[in-house]
Amino acid sequence: MIFSVQVEVRLRPGIADPQGSTIERAIPTLGVAGVTGVRVGKFIRFDIDAADEASARASVEDLCRRFLTNPVIEDSFIELSAGAAS
Amino acid sequence: MSPRVGVVLFPGSNCEQDMIEAMGLVGAEPEILWHGDATTKGVDAVIVPGGFAHGDYLRPGAIARFSPIMGAVSEFAAAGGPVVGICNGFQVLTEAGLLPGALQKNAGLKFVCTMVELRVESTDSVLTRGAEAGSVLRVPINHFEGNYTCDADTLAQLRAEDRIVLRYVENPNGSIDDIAGICNEGRNVVGLMPHPERATSELLGSIDGLPLLRSILS
Repeated sequence: MIFSVQVEVRLRPGIADPQGSTIERAIPTLGVAGVTGVRVGKFIRFDIDAADEASARASVEDLCRRFLTNPVIEDSFIELSAGAAS
Repeated sequence: MSPRVGVVLFPGSNCEQDMIEAMGLVGAEPEILWHGDATTKGVDAVIVPGGFAHGDYLRPGAIARFSPIMGAVSEFAAAGGPVVGICNGFQVLTEAGLLPGALQKNAGLKFVCTMVELRVESTDSVLTRGAEAGSVLRVPINHFEGNYTCDADTLAQLRAEDRIVLRYVENPNGSIDDIAGICNEGRNVVGLMPHPERATSELLGSIDGLPLLRSILS
């Protein structure tokens, strides 16, 4: 079964995010007030062929832990749905 | 016979020639180790130089650990061979699991390229064994992701085991506990953000990198 996977990689709370800080400081110059908490992450998408959703999720979690994120500084949030996206 | 020092070249490394030059200066016989070869070719020490290995894709150092040479470097390190990672090389060694922790983006939001002062905190490592304990060395830094971080348990362990080998006198990047360089349990793998190979001549503004580079050979 093919599953479409979306992984959001976020810097863990407290980890420096210069891109987010720079964007946040730039926003008021556009006349938009009240924007706080800007954080920049990564979005990774792919399809995976697996026996069922549980094994697909287990493989993706393993990939996140060992490669797609550095667990010292990043967290991952996985969304998985049946069927190829591409 | 001069000690043979292998300098790992990844696609995107850019400090390997400086390192070859510097290691030649301190009496080593340096050579390039191509990342695609799964061997350290019998060298006496391995240096992972600075740059942007594999374009820093995904994260600095994240792809480099898949290069065939890294298996050989891990075996060399496990056998007690001296391995030193500088700047991007430090990032590569943390991503490869040879050193704990990670390098996050600088706290000051800026790429930092400047001369800094480093205090030698421990002389019990392959990079600092020839340096004077407590001495202050002037060595340049040149990085955006040099802000060392690790969890509280790891930090406590690094401190308790005297594995923080170099600290910044004035913290330039937000590194936890002013850490500039650490070593592994075996004290034969060292990672540091500063560039000792760029402090090897008065023309470069400092010769304080020399005792560190000589240490690798001793």
